[in-house]
Amino acid sequence: MSGGIKQLAGRDAILSGGGNDFQWCFSQVKGAIDEDVAEADIISTVEFNYSGDLLATGDKGGRVVIFQREQENKSRPHSRGEYNVYSTFQSHEPEFDYLKSLEIEEKINKIRWLPQQNAAHFLLSTNDKTIKLWKISERDKRAEGYNLKDEDGRLRDPFRITALRVPILKPMDLMVEASPRRIFANAHTYHINSISVNSDHETYLSADDLRINLWHLEITDRSFNIVDIKPANMEELTEVITAAEFHPHHCNVFVYSSSKGTIRLCDMRSSALCDRHSKFFEEPEDPSSRSFFSEIISSISDVKFSHSGRYMMTRDYLSVKVWDLNMENRPVETYQVHEYLRSKLCSLYENDCIFDKFECCWNGSDSAIMTGSYNNFFRMFDRNTRRDITLEASRESSKPRAILKPRKVCTGGKRKKDEISVDSLDFNKKILHTAWHPMENIIAVAATNNLYIFQDKIN
Amino acid sequence: MSAESPEPASAEEQKVVYSVIFNLLLIVFQEMEDKVISPEKAEEAKLKARYPHLGQKPGGSDFLRKRLQKGQKYFDSGDYNMAKAKMKNKQLPTAAPDKTEVTGDHIPTPQDLPQRKPSLVASKLAG
Repeated sequence: MSGGIKQLAGRDAILSGGGNDFQWCFSQVKGAIDEDVAEADIISTVEFNYSGDLLATGDKGGRVVIFQREQENKSRPHSRGEYNVYSTFQSHEPEFDYLKSLEIEEKINKIRWLPQQNAAHFLLSTNDKTIKLWKISERDKRAEGYNLKDEDGRLRDPFRITALRVPILKPMDLMVEASPRRIFANAHTYHINSISVNSDHETYLSADDLRINLWHLEITDRSFNIVDIKPANMEELTEVITAAEFHPHHCNVFVYSSSKGTIRLCDMRSSALCDRHSKFFEEPEDPSSRSFFSEIISSISDVKFSHSGRYMMTRDYLSVKVWDLNMENRPVETYQVHEYLRSKLCSLYENDCIFDKFECCWNGSDSAIMTGSYNNFFRMFDRNTRRDITLEASRESSKPRAILKPRKVCTGGKRKKDEISVDSLDFNKKILHTAWHPMENIIAVAATNNLYIFQDKIN
Repeated sequence: MSAESPEPASAEEQKVVYSVIFNLLLIVFQEMEDKVISPEKAEEAKLKARYPHLGQKPGGSDFLRKRLQKGQKYFDSGDYNMAKAKMKNKQLPTAAPDKTEVTGDHIPTPQDLPQRKPSLVASKLAG
């Protein structure tokens, strides 16, 4: 395999078979139980950091909550490290652009972690218009014995000071502070849908509907525009950018997906403005099967490189496709997420669900992929065995270490016991955001305002 | 084949029978395929029946431009104040059902303006 593959932790080499060689168990659920969900509490992004020790969530209210995995307790060998709140802060606030009469939502569209370089943790969070670099640092010591002020902070009368002392560091209760270190603003006319940190750890890209910009993490007053698909005449607009990501190892390569179901791979070495792609990925369509819905359901809502960098995965409305970067004319694997919805497209168009943007993710070894669906169902596909499983994030199956039972949707005819019919699916319960721990079989699933954490069964 | 011969059909005869059955099945399937419309096209027909004025190209520029303009609200304080004054005297035409675009044609009333967001509280995930 090519270099750059993450070292799997020793014990997980056994489990690297993928999503279906073992069973998933409930571990934790975060968030309120009440039926009335405030819009601000809806989770809009979930992301593990590079080590998997930190798990960040962003919500529609502009807040970020970071969970940290507890050290495993030797006296309780059956409890894998649990995730508990580490830090929470208000990342973005609602704004109004008076010049354009635009309301700017505070909803966090994406969070991306930076690789850790010192004791502090850094992440990028973005709403529709502004990207912020946050530093999360710990403080567990404080200085005592100042000369000019006493312990409560009150200034001492300088005439009363008769001796000098050296302040000493004393331990204190751990305090986690989040501070905004950089604010990258005013570079996007349209709504930001993606941010991606480059493998050079110095630059990152941000993509909106029509443009992609390249930033340096240290420089906030300048960014380079590297893709611009805005037509001279807006009447000629036929597609928009839906997602973008840097290659995990080649710092000059990135991809972006479109609302027409195509992916373009660009090489920043070839020209300053990457309007001409190096590779163009599109699956040929059977013209006789084209319908009113074809283009809408082909729109790609997420694109993710595999950890190996050899493949990329795209999510459209009904399926997930795995592409080999060396083959542009069709995907190498296609997985149906909820094909039974094809005969419901009319009502899904009417209730706007057809425009829902589902994300997808790889497991650490690239042997399995996961994506969400409706009714709080999420799906996992094992690329080696070609087996798939449907699981549900629900409070009913939320007993500690309870094994999740596979779910099945009945597509018509006789409904077996335990199956659910397509018409009974709750389309308001959508799982758009999921994340897989980079090395272990731990997954985080966002179900509206609740965050579920599942782990594999410990033998 | 003679009805009185009880011996099993020869290989040649079996081939003939099988090919006849096969051809019959082919014809039946072809007819079925012609009658069965893909579920997607059936859904499209349903949509067109409900909304006969729906445009031909859903991915066209109108659709995309609407998507790009998400969040746009127009407000004119002069119009607003005049409307507030006039409202005391007579009823103004009611707002169009499409509340996403508050344009110059429609005088915004206090009910139409976006509510001030509630004060920022801590996330329940951290609770």
